Amino acid sequence: MGIGERRSRLAVAGARATTEAMLSGQPRRDVIRNTVFAGLLLLAVGIALAGLLALLIQAFVKGAPALSLDLITNPPSTAFPEKAGYRPAIIGSLLLIAGVVLFVVPVGVGAALYLEEYADKSRWWNRLIEVNIQNLAAVPSIIYGILGLGFIVRGPLDLGFILAAGSLTLALLVLPIVIIAAREAIRAVPDSIRQGSLALGATQWQTIRRQVLPASIPGIITGIILAVSRALGETAPLLLVGATVFVTFDPTFLGTDGYSAMPVQIFNYALRPQEEFQQLAAAGILLMLVVLLAMNSFAIWLRNRYEQRW
Amino acid sequence: MAQDESRAEAAREAREAAAGRAAISVRPEFRAHSSSSGAEKVFELKGVDVAYGGVTAVKGVSMEIGRNDVTALIGPSGCGKSTLLRCLNRMNDLIPNAEVSGELLYHGEDLYGPKVDPVQVRKLIGMVFQKPNPFPKSIHDNVAFGPRVLGRKDGLDETVEKALRGAALWDEVKDRLDDNAFGLSGGQQQRLCIARCIAVEPDTILMDEPCSALDPISTGKIEDLMIELKEQFSIVIVTHNMQQAARVSDRTAFLMVELDADEDNRWGRLVEYDETEKIFTNPTDKRTEDYVSGKVG
Repeated sequence: MGIGERRSRLAVAGARATTEAMLSGQPRRDVIRNTVFAGLLLLAVGIALAGLLALLIQAFVKGAPALSLDLITNPPSTAFPEKAGYRPAIIGSLLLIAGVVLFVVPVGVGAALYLEEYADKSRWWNRLIEVNIQNLAAVPSIIYGILGLGFIVRGPLDLGFILAAGSLTLALLVLPIVIIAAREAIRAVPDSIRQGSLALGATQWQTIRRQVLPASIPGIITGIILAVSRALGETAPLLLVGATVFVTFDPTFLGTDGYSAMPVQIFNYALRPQEEFQQLAAAGILLMLVVLLAMNSFAIWLRNRYEQRW
Repeated sequence: MAQDESRAEAAREAREAAAGRAAISVRPEFRAHSSSSGAEKVFELKGVDVAYGGVTAVKGVSMEIGRNDVTALIGPSGCGKSTLLRCLNRMNDLIPNAEVSGELLYHGEDLYGPKVDPVQVRKLIGMVFQKPNPFPKSIHDNVAFGPRVLGRKDGLDETVEKALRGAALWDEVKDRLDDNAFGLSGGQQQRLCIARCIAVEPDTILMDEPCSALDPISTGKIEDLMIELKEQFSIVIVTHNMQQAARVSDRTAFLMVELDADEDNRWGRLVEYDETEKIFTNPTDKRTEDYVSGKVG
């Protein structure tokens, strides 16, 4: 072994030792601080999850005995709680959200397209509309109930206490959510796509219809599903616009005999002192949780599946 | 959906009629490309100024762009090359507050005349952008988009093949026309954008630094392509790369940033416009010489 080689080996070993010394040996105080902070963050997550977990366990333990197909197929009953179910409420909820979708999709997507593609953002009124939509999304739902009662059930529209009126009220409630989500999705389409399309001689509408909308539709649908699941869980505005708490027949869109919805029916059962009704309410909560979880999972799946990376 | 579209189309036509607009007329002789008719002009610019919100970006450009020529616009950053290019197919209309003044003739017709519809202009004058911007669709649908927008339904497959061959991309993609265009390499994507552009059968193609995002091999392919394409089309290219201008163009325009007396405002000014060979070997203006010899910029 030549002396040169030995020397260079020594140099390498020395350099390595220096680097290792620089990389290790974190001060003890920093280690403690790190651990404490990570622990606090974990605690925050724990508190958030504990609430959900408590609800789930409570509902499951209490509602398990009432879980059966009767829950879905049978109408409610005050006399026979062991046979009572949610049938009219489920149908009511389905019709309600069908109406919400019918209204909210064209109006919400249309408004979002106008605001993103046509509105001149340097104009003050367009900025005002923007701020107002953000605010509307935060208005308490009971206010929408009062609006629905005043303008849809009575007042200018005068529809009466029918399911369609409830549907329209819920649609107004979730409209800002749909607009905001659809705008986000439309904004995510890069301008280079619009320019590429326009440079080929496409009109603005052709560009929107054939490029912008198809590229943003997964995001828009995700927003719609989230909005619908919000509408599905709303109770307060429905109570004001005629969701009668006790309906034993299947509701229709325009029927004047009253209608019900899942959360309203759960609320009604939960108010009753008898143990059987308490079980029914818990089982109803489980049913709704399953539906909501399924809808939200579908929305997430859709977003991941079709997310476009630009 | 189809109904919506036709309704919107009808509304657009009604608006145009109301504005007294008519589609820019396409004279048959524009379509029949005869090569090497050097004297013929596609564009004539006379004292063209461009301003964004009252701030001048390009001042007093006068030049003529010949048919079946490759015309290069070169110059340092901020000299208004792209701005000028975007005037030629009215893409500047998309920027609020953009104003084009002076005279800009396209085959002798005022491109900014009251009867000219920018949508029609863009059908005749295609554009390829700096960054490849394929649509999030299949390769086939990318190329077929333009013809479809023009209302063509038959013979799309042939059009797509012809355009892809024209852009020297057919052999690389013929077995995967239904694959998403995002799976292509950057150079392939850019050639797809060129194919997409020529599928509309324009008369002129504008290229805004088409190779700046590409590697040297892809750049070489696109430069070869440009020389082939000028048989059929007139090409105006903005480039940062002087060698590229020297390699592909017939005529070169050199633009430069000009400052006003108190150096508050700056705008682009056409310094020299001539045969490419003359610009690169024996320019008239000292500033051009400094720029092409690498002394400034």
